[in-house]
Amino acid sequence: MSEKVLMKGAEALAEGAIRAGCRYYFGYPITPQNETPEYMSRRMPEVGGRFVQAESEIASINMVYGAACAGVRVMTSSSSPGISLMQEGISYISGSNVPCVVMNVMRGGPGLGNIAPAQADYFQAVKGGGNGDHRRIVLAPSSIQEGVDLFVDAFDLAEKYRMVVMIITDGLIGQMMEPVEFKTTVDVSTLVTPEWATTGRHGRTHPNIITSLTLDAAGLEKWNLALQRKYADVEAAESRLEEYLMDDADYAIIAYGIMARIAKTTVKLAREKGIRLGLLRPITVWPFPRKQIQSYAGRLKGSLTVELAYRQLFEDVQLTLCDRMPLGWYGRGGGVVPGPREILQAFEEQLLKGR
Amino acid sequence: MAEQVKVVYERPRSWANKITHYCPGCTHGIAHRIVAELVDEMDLLDKTIGVWPVGCAVLGYEYFNFDSVEAAHGRAPAMATGIKVTNPDNFVFAYQGDGDVASIGMAEIVHAAARGWPLTVIFINNGNYGMTGGQMAPTTLVGQKTTTSPLGRTAQANGLPIRVSEMLAQLDGPAYIARVSLDSPANIRKAKDAMRKAFNAQVRGIGFSLVECLSTCPTNWRMTPVESMDHIRKEVVAYYPLGEFKVADGVL
Repeated sequence: MSEKVLMKGAEALAEGAIRAGCRYYFGYPITPQNETPEYMSRRMPEVGGRFVQAESEIASINMVYGAACAGVRVMTSSSSPGISLMQEGISYISGSNVPCVVMNVMRGGPGLGNIAPAQADYFQAVKGGGNGDHRRIVLAPSSIQEGVDLFVDAFDLAEKYRMVVMIITDGLIGQMMEPVEFKTTVDVSTLVTPEWATTGRHGRTHPNIITSLTLDAAGLEKWNLALQRKYADVEAAESRLEEYLMDDADYAIIAYGIMARIAKTTVKLAREKGIRLGLLRPITVWPFPRKQIQSYAGRLKGSLTVELAYRQLFEDVQLTLCDRMPLGWYGRGGGVVPGPREILQAFEEQLLKGR
Repeated sequence: MAEQVKVVYERPRSWANKITHYCPGCTHGIAHRIVAELVDEMDLLDKTIGVWPVGCAVLGYEYFNFDSVEAAHGRAPAMATGIKVTNPDNFVFAYQGDGDVASIGMAEIVHAAARGWPLTVIFINNGNYGMTGGQMAPTTLVGQKTTTSPLGRTAQANGLPIRVSEMLAQLDGPAYIARVSLDSPANIRKAKDAMRKAFNAQVRGIGFSLVECLSTCPTNWRMTPVESMDHIRKEVVAYYPLGEFKVADGVL
């Protein structure tokens, strides 16, 4: 039986990863996620896993790459500038079809920015920051509990599709404390080493080779088309959306992660004023829950996209809804987090006044 | 008569039947062959994972029958570390060139050596970036002409070449560091002895090992194979002396 314990986000997420069967963690210090590697350094030896503090985020992701080739559950975590350094490795891992989980506790940018909460790495996570045509499944929890629960899915999805799964969260979720329950504990003895893994032949009749290199153009195109088919499968099967008070809604706020959680209060405030507002919260930002959101076209009088970034999520909303309803946008940057009333004000100004 | 036939030379079991892509007179093939012989002789075929670099040896995995992975440029020691920790009983080596080790991957090699975990690096030093067409490397000798030092490397413009083996030997972490040359039969035999010690340092769990192999690049050096071997003996060894720079207790 599990029970609720009060934990800091960055530590609870680390425990969530361990409960999900992660036994290898490679990382490098960066605020606001240092509690994750610190927790891993204590916990991994207790569960028979390995924690390695790498010399850089570049080394971290390449150690992850190596361990992923061995077919184990492996992850790293970092924050925005560190994730930028990992893009090369993420591209190689994607090009090699090996699974791993990468967590980005996003902070203000660009550049060194600051250590306050932000969602400004949306494009990097969803559209790709590394070279070449590759995608990652990107999960965006809006609470510590959801993050913990999603870690199990993250490793399952990574292994099912042999691809990188990113969990994007932010400095608020990373640093807040909340009661959390660990509902699932994966028995790692039940995990099977995949047949493609480079674990040494040990009697296998052929060597396993893992590479993202294909020199011949026709061969690389074929490799790319196989990746594209995989991504199409993911898009068809794995998009997730929370619909909050949408049954009777005239309007929707579209937001993810911590911003969606704040916007839930905005929805309540609006309903107190008699405005039928709901919330559409992508849980997967890639694949973007396009079809689910499109189903509201014609049913809503408009939507307001809210994010801790400048028109990044909004770009996907525009691609999804085009001119099929009035599209408002409200965002703050640099680590500034708007409250529910500011969001309501933006909603009223953009979607109610003069209509 | 038949019982008098004795096998004196054969294809190693771990050596794949593959036509080489290396240039005539290039010593990568010799280094590869030594790796294959040692993997056979030390009975490592079933537990070996090779980590290959970006550079001329990018396709190195095609020449062997053991498991392999292809790393990003300079990151082979980090990738090898990730593989090794998942199964410390396996034998994991990284095969890298001088751009890989001495330039873009300097952080990864230094920290792998400093951690001192049992891993082996075969480091091919041919004084230039071979695969990309012969640009200047951190190991390029002063005066040496390359496509990015067309008048010859100068200390003022380009700094002085890096002696990786001596530098890494300053660290407490490594168990075995040696520089060998692949220019002659006698030196190739010594190179194999050094690589055997390096492999042993890992297999016996003693620690990190690296063997720097002075190698030829006749194509980009604009030399015949014979001239390039001679160049190693006359010019390269003068700056990069051969020898063992670190031998921890128990390495043999």
